[in-house]
Amino acid sequence: MDAYTLPIVFVGLMGLAILVYAILDGYDLGVGILLPLGDQHSDERDRMIASIGPFWDANETWLVLAVGLLLIAFPLAHSEILHHFYLPVAVMLIALILRGVAFDFRAKAAIAHQSLWDRCFKFGSLLTALSQGYMLGLYIVGFSYDIKSQLFAVLSATGVCAAYSYIGAAWLLYKTQGQLQQQARRWARLAGRFCLAGVLLVSLTNPLVNQDVFQRWFDFPEALYMLPVPLLCFALFAYNEKLLRNKTVLADSHCWRPLLSCALIFLLCFSGIAYSFFPYIVPGKLDIWQAASAPESLRFILYGAVVVVPCILLYTVYAYWVFRGKASDLKYY
Amino acid sequence: MDALDLSRIQFALNISFHILFPSITIALCWILFYFKLRFNLSGQQVWMRAYRFWVKIFALSFALGVVSGITMSFQFGTNWPGFMETVGNIAGPLLGYEVLTAFFLEATFLGIMLFGFNRVPNAVHTLATLIVAVGTTLSAFWILALNSWMQTPAGHEIRDGVVYAKDWMEIIFNPSFPYRFTHMLIASGLTASFFVAGISAYRLLKGDKKHAPRLALKTAVMAAAILTPLQIYVGDAHGLNSFEHQPAKIAAVEAVWHTEQGAPLLLFALPNEKEKRNDYAVSVPKMASLILTHDSNGTILGLNEFEGLHPPVMATFWSFRIMVGVGLLMLALSWIGALLILRKRHFPRWLLKAYVAATFSGWLATLAGWYVSEVGRQPWLVTGILKTKDAVTTVPSAHIALSLTAYALVYVVLLAAYLHTLRLMARRAVDVEEYEQQDISPQPASGSRLQAPGSKHALAHASNKNQTKLMNTAKTELN
Repeated sequence: MDAYTLPIVFVGLMGLAILVYAILDGYDLGVGILLPLGDQHSDERDRMIASIGPFWDANETWLVLAVGLLLIAFPLAHSEILHHFYLPVAVMLIALILRGVAFDFRAKAAIAHQSLWDRCFKFGSLLTALSQGYMLGLYIVGFSYDIKSQLFAVLSATGVCAAYSYIGAAWLLYKTQGQLQQQARRWARLAGRFCLAGVLLVSLTNPLVNQDVFQRWFDFPEALYMLPVPLLCFALFAYNEKLLRNKTVLADSHCWRPLLSCALIFLLCFSGIAYSFFPYIVPGKLDIWQAASAPESLRFILYGAVVVVPCILLYTVYAYWVFRGKASDLKYY
Repeated sequence: MDALDLSRIQFALNISFHILFPSITIALCWILFYFKLRFNLSGQQVWMRAYRFWVKIFALSFALGVVSGITMSFQFGTNWPGFMETVGNIAGPLLGYEVLTAFFLEATFLGIMLFGFNRVPNAVHTLATLIVAVGTTLSAFWILALNSWMQTPAGHEIRDGVVYAKDWMEIIFNPSFPYRFTHMLIASGLTASFFVAGISAYRLLKGDKKHAPRLALKTAVMAAAILTPLQIYVGDAHGLNSFEHQPAKIAAVEAVWHTEQGAPLLLFALPNEKEKRNDYAVSVPKMASLILTHDSNGTILGLNEFEGLHPPVMATFWSFRIMVGVGLLMLALSWIGALLILRKRHFPRWLLKAYVAATFSGWLATLAGWYVSEVGRQPWLVTGILKTKDAVTTVPSAHIALSLTAYALVYVVLLAAYLHTLRLMARRAVDVEEYEQQDISPQPASGSRLQAPGSKHALAHASNKNQTKLMNTAKTELN
């Protein structure tokens, strides 16, 4: 493979890692954000946390892979982007730390400290989602720092929170039963509306602040090929709302559907953003060929990735299969 | 302070905090695998009880390692952009292989190891433990390949100030890699051994009459007794390798200011960087030359040969002595214990107390050793290719000061919480009753092939299903 195709392959891999991360860690961050809504006086919160117990660690690894691929394949973009994101990244990392360890500490700490670790878990999840959304917003406006951009970034932050809560609630609906599952249905409907508002807002603002993006989405006939993306996305929102309105969604035969449509919504939103900026990796500044590492380095890691990534996907599926079914009987030892 | 100093402190803080946990988990997982194997072979529940106690501690330590590791992966970009811009072609793929071959493996199978006992066949659970152990070791492999390459670069070429890979085998198996990798793996073995010994001894001192902590203590002490002399041997070889490839580091370790034949081994001294001499020196004549060149009159290059390009002497000199000192204490402690075990004697209380005191001796030695390695590499980030000061970010230093303060606060709290939780877990384990009789004796419905309680092969003959059932009973009782 040559210096032209390698960066394309790697940006594809990185996109895959980001997307898988957003879906997988999205639902477990979402569960963290929803935690305060869980009934404090029953075992509801324990069950919420148990539902993500065996998965969160591997989910977070996709973030390491995504930033790792950025670093491996596009070192120049890596320094450029992280330079702009210095403070939000620090906030996100500290939030991730608190959240990750709270998970273990809460199960092992003295009863007196458990509520403290619960708080770390909630705020850690919320802060992680907010900082990721904020960074997404800043990225879209091309790292501009005026009031309008900041406002947009803040909106994007809440949008990402809503999106994570949406998929988190869908996850709970899939993995739990009884009272908690019914609650999750309500949470999913609520979060879905916020998420839809967020998606609409970002989709409208993005072409307005960005001339290139505007052309991409409104130039004919290319724009026609991309038209199904927003249409499908909104159709999925509507489909989900219809599902969630009806109690039959709680049945085992249906409970996975909202989760799947949420994941598809993530996929479509992500491809929309990717289409807006490709082939730029730092919007308006660096494209993937300018930012790429040497071909011999990319080739070396590609050989490994071709063998290993399918294995990772396989054993990830295996792990989900092992822990299939409702989460209430999950025991920690 | 400027961005350079702050970034260095922040990186040192992050990596020092991070290494505490992998240095436990790399080897602790192999110890867990050993417990699990012993259980599978003998069917004795006590091995499974040891496993269950330690797997919780493993999970906690692992989680701390993961989250502090994520921080590390961002530091390169946020604080050291020059590193990736210059040697990204080498560092990138090595880090990438770590993520691909190790991180996912560990993270995914850890779930099965922790929560999957009732959901997968026993053999798969054992395999999951093995896979996590292999994963942690692979992770060490890749990260040490990168670190060693930074110390002793090989297999690359430089075009227009950017490093390109030429031969990946030479890059990975660079001159210092085999030594550093072995040294670190054994260091982890010792850290985990003393960690297990210390916490087990603590349980015994608190009146724990159960068999599991005694068994864990013995296993750990025997492991330490074997590993310590091995470590001394490997450490010596590693030192000789540095002497060949990084003479400036060794000159600082031995505080040799001027090139010298028959250099003495300094047992104590206060290196005086201003006057370029050692104050209050206590030394063994010719010993340093003898150790490093195997000739009592051998030549050791002094710091004067590396004017402006040698590491700070005081820190390198003392880190090395702390590491060696702790190592010698470890040797004494583990051999006393091993002798008692071989003679089938009980451990006296003072020895148990000594093990408790030495619970974190591995941390001290590992950190000191890494300081020798990393401070001793200065002023280079990548020896001969990139200086630390040329790689640093242009982010405003106020931002770095802010993030540094936040990290420091979080780490202090986490370390306190970790130590507190360890103590709590040990104390809780003391209070838990052991149901020897019930958890080994056959239950009415679970088949007739089980033999008498405690019989060596009792469970080995039982079907998997029975085994799981029995363990469920044991588990509910323990929790």
